[in-house]
Amino acid sequence: MAAKATRQTFGETLAEIGATHPNVVVMDADLSKSTMSKLFAAKYPDRFFELGIAESNMVGAAAGMALCGKIPFICSFACFLTGRYETIRISVAYSQVPVRIVGTHAGIGIGEDGNSQMGLEDLTIMRALPHMTVIQPADDIETRQAVQLLATNAVPGPAYLRLTRQKLEAVNKSDYRFQLGKGVVLRDGSDMTILATGGVVHNSLKAAELLTTQGINARVVNIHTVKPIDADLIEKCARETKAFLTVEDHNIVGGMGGAVAEVLADRGPFGIRMLRWGIQDRFGESGSPEELYQAYGLDVDGILAKAKEVYARI
Amino acid sequence: MLEINKMKQLEEKARQIRIDSIQMLTEAGSGHPGGSLSVADLVAALMFDVMKHDPKRPDWEDRDRFVMSKGHCIPAWYSALAQAGYIDRNLLPTLRKLGSPLQGHPDRVLLPCLEASTGSLGQGLSIAVGMALASKMKGNAFRVFCMLGDGEIQEGQVWEAAMAAAKFKLDTLVAIVDHNGLQIDGFVEQVMPLEPLADKWKAFNWHVISIDGHEFGQILPAFERASDTKGKPTVILAKTIKGKGVSFMENLCDWHGVAPNREQEAQALAELGVTKSK
Repeated sequence: MAAKATRQTFGETLAEIGATHPNVVVMDADLSKSTMSKLFAAKYPDRFFELGIAESNMVGAAAGMALCGKIPFICSFACFLTGRYETIRISVAYSQVPVRIVGTHAGIGIGEDGNSQMGLEDLTIMRALPHMTVIQPADDIETRQAVQLLATNAVPGPAYLRLTRQKLEAVNKSDYRFQLGKGVVLRDGSDMTILATGGVVHNSLKAAELLTTQGINARVVNIHTVKPIDADLIEKCARETKAFLTVEDHNIVGGMGGAVAEVLADRGPFGIRMLRWGIQDRFGESGSPEELYQAYGLDVDGILAKAKEVYARI
Repeated sequence: MLEINKMKQLEEKARQIRIDSIQMLTEAGSGHPGGSLSVADLVAALMFDVMKHDPKRPDWEDRDRFVMSKGHCIPAWYSALAQAGYIDRNLLPTLRKLGSPLQGHPDRVLLPCLEASTGSLGQGLSIAVGMALASKMKGNAFRVFCMLGDGEIQEGQVWEAAMAAAKFKLDTLVAIVDHNGLQIDGFVEQVMPLEPLADKWKAFNWHVISIDGHEFGQILPAFERASDTKGKPTVILAKTIKGKGVSFMENLCDWHGVAPNREQEAQALAELGVTKSK
């Protein structure tokens, strides 16, 4: 399967399901060409609403639509959307309405545009909201199925969907079934567990393969649902392996790694060693995506080094 | 003659809103009497004359919607809900108490006959815009009314919503500004001036109507003119008196967020024509 940006899959899936999901409406804030909501807009102009560069109002208007029975997908860059936090908090989360907040251009993986366009704290603040489901798919098939699910009332409350600008290699097989709230063991192993989410899952798998040459048998778990997180699977991995490495293209403060650490703290003790890897509580910068992943240690070599580091603490 | 009777009935509904608000807030020991009293007549007009709704079918899809964007004034609407039969009057004294569906600021999850959860100022007009868009998708099946505070419209999101409402020509949308001229820290015109207020809304391509927000003879025709206006949303700038109906509360920002004590309650109720009982 060819590599594909999850934002591209998102736009294509929305356009596909438009006909069978008449309650789905889509809003954008002058970035429909980047979020790929333009694909829906072209097919269903009557159900696409351009709200201009005014994200707070888009969030609130989506809440109003949802209160009248619609399922609105609102799209912009992750940082611009989740920056409208107070409106999301009251109009969407407190109101418990099925607004789908779609933040694209997540992480340093966007590259040259630099820090102000990178969503790097969005997981932390979105998962802090009661009733908010938080999903970050790792490839095309996972994104497709997550969008299909979010287009229905199967997720009755609000949800945040975190997508990438860059293309992602497939990590799931073609018969994959997305299950909300269930982590996916992509590779089994008994020495340590690498838990990854989103665009870095593929690099984590590659790193795990290289670890075998050094005698370390690493399990790789894809945490596509950051909230509600799969606490049972995390506990199981904590009992069956001796070290955890979490990997995310996101600030390590309060992100997926933080969520995993919370599970260990609440359910332990497991006597496990853990290292949260990701953006080390700093802002991003300009550079090519490849350069940035190398500089910030999110490429295969960087993840491999961190896996060895935490394993050495056993 | 009919009109005069209708006005008298609305005045009575508004008087009851003021009485209920004073009693609820006194019982709660906290809350916002000034604004609840200033919106009372507008709220009475909406609930008991202007809006299309049916208390027997609170989830009727094509009902008109009301969004109390200035969420702190929700006691006035709770009273209207009780008078209309949406909620039990016995709930009113539970305002702001632990476990009550009558939260200090509106919570639609706990009280489903509310159309929106608000209280963080500046968000309600956006919600109303979304509702009006949904109405438009159904061939303008219902109207949407949004009560804003004048201090509240200092929030930038209100003007984002104003732009969007004009863009989409949301003529089912009516915003009402409860223009009592006061906010917590003082006079609106000193805290953050809004004037020229009518010109601002006109510049955002809204149909603007300025009225006395305590005169049903002006309130009802304003809503009719809003209904007749096609192709653009309407804002009703309603000049009101904060604390209206209770002499010692009128035009004082100190009564924005302080509940009356029992003595003050008695005096307020006497002024509102409540003869001693219970």
